[in-house]
Amino acid sequence: MSLSANPAGLLADLARALPQERLLSQPAQLTPYESDALTAFRARPCAVVLPETSQEVLETVRLCAKHQVPFLARGSGTSLSGGSLPIDGGVVIGLNRLNKLLKLDPQERIAVVQPGFINLHVSNAAAPYGLYYAPDPSSQPVSTIGGNLAFNSGGAHCLKYGMTSNHVLGAKVVLPTGEVVELGGESLEGLGPDWLGLFVGSEGLMGIALEIRLRLLPKPEKYHTLLAAYDSLGKAGEAVAAVVASGLLPGAMEIMDSLAIEAAEAAVHAGYPMEARALLIVELEGETPQVEAEAKYLSEVIAQSGPYEVRVAKDNDERMRIWKGRKAAFSAVGRLSPDYIVQDGVVPRSKLGQALSEIERLSHQHGLRVANVFHAGDGNLHPLILYDGKIAGELERGEVLAGEILKMCVALGGTITGEHGVGMEKKEYMPEMFTPQDLEAMHRIHRSVDPDELSNRGKMFPSGEAPALSHGAHPLEQAGVISRE
Amino acid sequence: MALKPAFVTEVQEAVRAHAKLLPRGGGTKTALSTPRAEQTVLDMTGLSGMLEYDPGEFVFVAQAGTPVAEVEKLLGQHGQYLPFDPPFVEAGATLGGTVAAGLSGPLRQRYGGVRDFILGVKFVDGQGNLIKGGGKVVKNAAGFDTPKLMVGSLGRLGILTELAFKVFPFPKATATLKVTFGSLEAALEALYKLAVSQFEFYALDLEAHPATLTLRLGGLSEALPVRLERLLGFLGNPAEDRRLVLEGEPERGYWRGVNRLEFGEGYLVKIPIQPKKILALETALSTQARCYLSAGNLLYLNWLEPIAELDSLLKTQGLSGLVLRGSTSHDVTSLESPFIGVNLEQAFGNRVTAALDPSRRFSPEP
Repeated sequence: MSLSANPAGLLADLARALPQERLLSQPAQLTPYESDALTAFRARPCAVVLPETSQEVLETVRLCAKHQVPFLARGSGTSLSGGSLPIDGGVVIGLNRLNKLLKLDPQERIAVVQPGFINLHVSNAAAPYGLYYAPDPSSQPVSTIGGNLAFNSGGAHCLKYGMTSNHVLGAKVVLPTGEVVELGGESLEGLGPDWLGLFVGSEGLMGIALEIRLRLLPKPEKYHTLLAAYDSLGKAGEAVAAVVASGLLPGAMEIMDSLAIEAAEAAVHAGYPMEARALLIVELEGETPQVEAEAKYLSEVIAQSGPYEVRVAKDNDERMRIWKGRKAAFSAVGRLSPDYIVQDGVVPRSKLGQALSEIERLSHQHGLRVANVFHAGDGNLHPLILYDGKIAGELERGEVLAGEILKMCVALGGTITGEHGVGMEKKEYMPEMFTPQDLEAMHRIHRSVDPDELSNRGKMFPSGEAPALSHGAHPLEQAGVISRE
Repeated sequence: MALKPAFVTEVQEAVRAHAKLLPRGGGTKTALSTPRAEQTVLDMTGLSGMLEYDPGEFVFVAQAGTPVAEVEKLLGQHGQYLPFDPPFVEAGATLGGTVAAGLSGPLRQRYGGVRDFILGVKFVDGQGNLIKGGGKVVKNAAGFDTPKLMVGSLGRLGILTELAFKVFPFPKATATLKVTFGSLEAALEALYKLAVSQFEFYALDLEAHPATLTLRLGGLSEALPVRLERLLGFLGNPAEDRRLVLEGEPERGYWRGVNRLEFGEGYLVKIPIQPKKILALETALSTQARCYLSAGNLLYLNWLEPIAELDSLLKTQGLSGLVLRGSTSHDVTSLESPFIGVNLEQAFGNRVTAALDPSRRFSPEP
């Protein structure tokens, strides 16, 4: 914290600005906010503020700026990269109470929400009009649009329609200096530099979105969901390449390996073929005649990829069962191991096979099991490194293994994070992707917007702080409320 | 005076050596590429060529001065295309110029505009540093999204040298249906119905006179006839003299024509809009050539009167515009700024601009 920081003065001012029950500063009240879904990190804020209006958020940010105390906005705290970890001695602005749907215009296919509005609730609100909100992180039953925006969240269906950034049209934002700006607009098209594009995914470093304008899409008329079982992971990877090469553009392509299948099956009884070494899920979506015609080509391509079993969901129930297993796979891995580390690096799709072999080799080398569940269509890996924190040395080996996987992703031409963001967890790996000059330019942009580095201080940029000490499932995840991609 | 760098290092040297610079690609958008008195033009066409393209990845990396036509030809050989459909391809638009101007065409209706397909960027900032942002894989959340930031930046944040894009397979077959309506209101009503329907259009364009919707379908050839039939049914089976189906070469030729945005004399202006604002704007327009793309979200308008008149009209309609080019009778050198209508400037933008170009080398103002 900067030398001029005055937390006592801030607390006194906040106490005047907010009712007592929405300004938490007692240790027992602060504990639940000490970490997010990356439970490895903990930090004690000086206060948690629970605003109910944009004006209260604005007031809080301005007071933080006045007293030079760092702050961060938090939604449901599902960040897997430690993005909503409090700043030690800073303020947490909990936005769950700013959860209003401000506007739903089905004709213009637009929803305007407050940042605490939950992702899935957007689609629920739009459903009566045949519309939905496309980005579908697995945390969508609880994660908020504000958090999705800050971390440019992905999901299983990014292949065709992109990530959060591709679905946000505009935002009213309070900058860390307390200024309020409108970024983006109402149209799908814009003018001038894409300021909104820069703001989305900036991990809370550039301020807080107060109102967010989302685009809605018409729900596809028809889904065709296919499940193929293979006796090797390599064959499943090649099948993905073959589907892509065929010119088909599925809405989603997902792979699970045997460990993940075992875990998912034990957890939700999705009815997956248990002896499979790899499962591939491919989903086509669109106009019925088109999907039906595509399905024939897909069957041919899949048949040639050497699966030993192929299933096609006959109805929506079967489709949902296939997806349930996939979406539950992460939390289900908790049944196989007391602890695990998850990464979300991306590799070029043609390098998937190579990446998976390398992960297997690293797994043997470090003596730790690794389960793989991933967005194969995007090349977005999700290796889950299983370890037991009670066995001396296992965590450290897991950390080394995780780091080697990230470096491998970069070496193969990919990235350290596809959708979870850099946050706290991966910031030390940023220099693997970016030169000091690249990082310096990002720093310059950052400081121009937040000269005192008050907003979510300490995230994204490498700093040499202590690495993670332990990884485990989020309490909500252990309870099966949320799951990871 | 124009410089024509052949290497990125020469771009960096040029930036350090000149107080005011204007990068130019193919020069197809004259209102954006004509220098002001003190500006030195940096002709970027010397930095041209594909750097990486593996068709199996649906990703390519190219130098910023690469003509879009060259890119589309190569992609086409592998059945792929640029889904945001940049205009002025035949006239020689480059990738860098397209990104800097932030332009997309009719096909943006299906999967999105240029901002939705740009993955990575390298640019030279106002101090001559070469900066990289984003990456070359289809999904990436590491670091600030500077590739998106550059969309529409007009060279004022940095000089683009290299760009990475996501691409998609072009549909195996396409067909276009043009339907005319008795009134603009009726056409807009149909547009709304179609836009929220489960029909998936590669293009959904609206023309005001006569009120016409142009709908492009794409997909597998065996499914197209039944899809067309369903679509006509949805539109209440318009009479023969109110509809036209284009297929094959005439269809492709039609869309090549749209891509030229060739409306003759006048100023060509890009105006982001929404369908709900079209009727009010139309009452103020008369014979100007124009086309609303992407379900009424993007207007390309040809303006024959002084640009100040359009500036006031847009302000009264709550709209903003970007003048792209003029013609022999409509001089662009006298334009105060290519931006007209509602002023979009805000503190966030000004701060970021100052961070990337502290000496204002890329600003057209003194």
